[in-house]
Amino acid sequence: MTRPPVADPWATLRAATRARIGLGRCGDGLPTAPLLDFQLAHARARDAVHTPFDAPAVAAALDGAEGVPAVVEVRSAAPDRATYLKRPDLGRRLAPESAARLTPGTPDIVFVIADGLSATAVHAHAAPTLTAVLARLAGWRIGPVVLAHQARVALGDAIGERLGAAMVAVLIGERPGLSAADSLGIYLTLDPRPGRSDAERNCLSNIHPPDGLGYDAAADTLVRLMHAARERGLTGVGLKDEGAALPKPQT
Amino acid sequence: MYAATVGHTRHTFADLKALLAAATPLRSGDALAGVAAQSDEERVAARRVLADLPLATFLTEAVIPYETDEVTRLIIDTHDAAAFAPVASLTVGAFREWLLSDAADGAALAALAPGVTPEMAAAVAKLMRNQDLIAVARKIRVVTAFRTTIGLPGRLSVRIQPNHPTDDPAGIAASILDGLVMGCGDAVIGINPATDSIPQAMALLTLIDEVRQRYAIPTQSCVLTHVTNTLAAVERGAPVDLVFQSVAGTEAANRAFGIDLAVLKEGRDAALSLKRHTVGDNVMYFETGQGSALSADAHHGVDQQTCEARAYAVARAFRPLLVNTVVGFIGPEYLYDGKQIARAGLEDHFCGKLLGLPMGVDVCYTNHAEADQDDMDTLLTLLGVAGVTFIMGVPGADDVMLNYQSTSYHDALYLRAALGLRPAPEFARWLEGMGILDPGGRVRDLPPPRLRALLTPAEGAA
Repeated sequence: MTRPPVADPWATLRAATRARIGLGRCGDGLPTAPLLDFQLAHARARDAVHTPFDAPAVAAALDGAEGVPAVVEVRSAAPDRATYLKRPDLGRRLAPESAARLTPGTPDIVFVIADGLSATAVHAHAAPTLTAVLARLAGWRIGPVVLAHQARVALGDAIGERLGAAMVAVLIGERPGLSAADSLGIYLTLDPRPGRSDAERNCLSNIHPPDGLGYDAAADTLVRLMHAARERGLTGVGLKDEGAALPKPQT
Repeated sequence: MYAATVGHTRHTFADLKALLAAATPLRSGDALAGVAAQSDEERVAARRVLADLPLATFLTEAVIPYETDEVTRLIIDTHDAAAFAPVASLTVGAFREWLLSDAADGAALAALAPGVTPEMAAAVAKLMRNQDLIAVARKIRVVTAFRTTIGLPGRLSVRIQPNHPTDDPAGIAASILDGLVMGCGDAVIGINPATDSIPQAMALLTLIDEVRQRYAIPTQSCVLTHVTNTLAAVERGAPVDLVFQSVAGTEAANRAFGIDLAVLKEGRDAALSLKRHTVGDNVMYFETGQGSALSADAHHGVDQQTCEARAYAVARAFRPLLVNTVVGFIGPEYLYDGKQIARAGLEDHFCGKLLGLPMGVDVCYTNHAEADQDDMDTLLTLLGVAGVTFIMGVPGADDVMLNYQSTSYHDALYLRAALGLRPAPEFARWLEGMGILDPGGRVRDLPPPRLRALLTPAEGAA
């Protein structure tokens, strides 16, 4: 049994890290409370991976946001979650019937909202993040917002190419950790087409207020990157964000 | 071309690498690469062909051409024919039987190691059940040393992995101390930095070195940054104990990691030049993992387990203190579930030991794999029985920087207690002196005033 701490010797250090320190021991095992805390965090992460993407709910949340011309729902070539997890290549390709739903045009930017590895993150943060971004894009020709099921980041290349977009930003659920199951990432790619490598994208990660990056800070950074990408004609490792340093994730 | 007829069906395999791939127990990465057997029957047919294949075939038929791959050249050029002699006339199937036999004792297996190529080790592993992988590996002890001696019989060492999402010094120190008071840290105190810069690596090296010197801990430190960063840190006077690098089994995959054999040699020479080692001169720490070559699109049609074994040829050329296969980190597209992760962990540990390496395993999984703590308990216990050299110690098994689950300090204590294992001797003596380890080898709870005194300097680091 753990002894009731009179004054927890770990209290000060615990404030310095989210790591699970000073848990106590029963024999060599974990006390029951931290055992169940871990299981709860893992359960939430697993649920985030396997929760189906509720695209209509995200579309409804975007309804009325300024600058959203249309919303289109597409699927990748991965038919279900199990296939998606085993076959990243399929998650990067459009299902044929979905490709047919995308009408070519000449937008400056297309936004893709993709479930990725956490629909939980997309449900919580995609609409408010995109709303904050769109509010900063006066004068840009915005393509349809594409809601993508069973999608990897690179599905944005196929979508962007099909829509004739100058650049594509993919808002995607990141792989859930125990400390955050609802973290959203954004990947920006200029001149999207299949075959682009990750080195040709700029990434913002860890968007999950209040603990992670906030919507306005993320929007500021993304829009700054979009302007820089348009001016310099590239995205990826050659394009550094010259803005203020991103706030550190809170511990 | 290789072929086997099973019943009325003739199964053919285009070449040696196709045969090896088809013979491999099912895993998602080989299916993703398009090299896995088309059916369970084809898989066993491939094993039958493989069982009849002379071991010496691997000395004349390369899975990746000698001319275009420096890892193949390393394997062939450093092969020790005299060491190979006792098994030179065997088939792969007979080699399995010899490995399991009483004739293959620890001394015989140690003498054999320089004569075994990675492809031979991978091939025989494909014919072995998990039980076989454990039974043979547990006969092999590989002993290395820096400030502690790793791998002795009856010992289990632990890496403290005190990662922090922003490399906060107080946060890292807190996780280190949590591990030390739980009797861990004898393999290495090794930090994966959150930011990839030389000054950051130097700051972290200094942080660990100060903790080590404050408490006079006999262990070694490592910041798991790119070898070129560590080389720069050495030049700038940082206290570098071990040089870290991720390594893979093909020249192209290593190029994707930004390394080749020459830069690894530079790293080793630099660490040796500092003469910070006391008990032994093993100064390298390598990490590997099945799927890395495929992930870099550099697998040449070779299955992921064979590619992994080839990474061990790279590692053994530099006489490492520690080699760690990070088995479940890569994700379900390479190892789908707890069963595939466990199989891969046992294969990697077996192949590494057979090739003469001090193998540790990061028993781990990500949240999108079909696995949980129960699967990790199973693999951890199996590896303990197999004689694993070291495991990871992460506070509460939750790496808050890399966002995956590994093994905890508690898990290490469980394994030591369940199997009667103790820390490395130098470190065990230190733990006893600190009052952390009792004479029976049990870690005891420090009285709160003593614990508070230990923790207070770390609070000052904030």
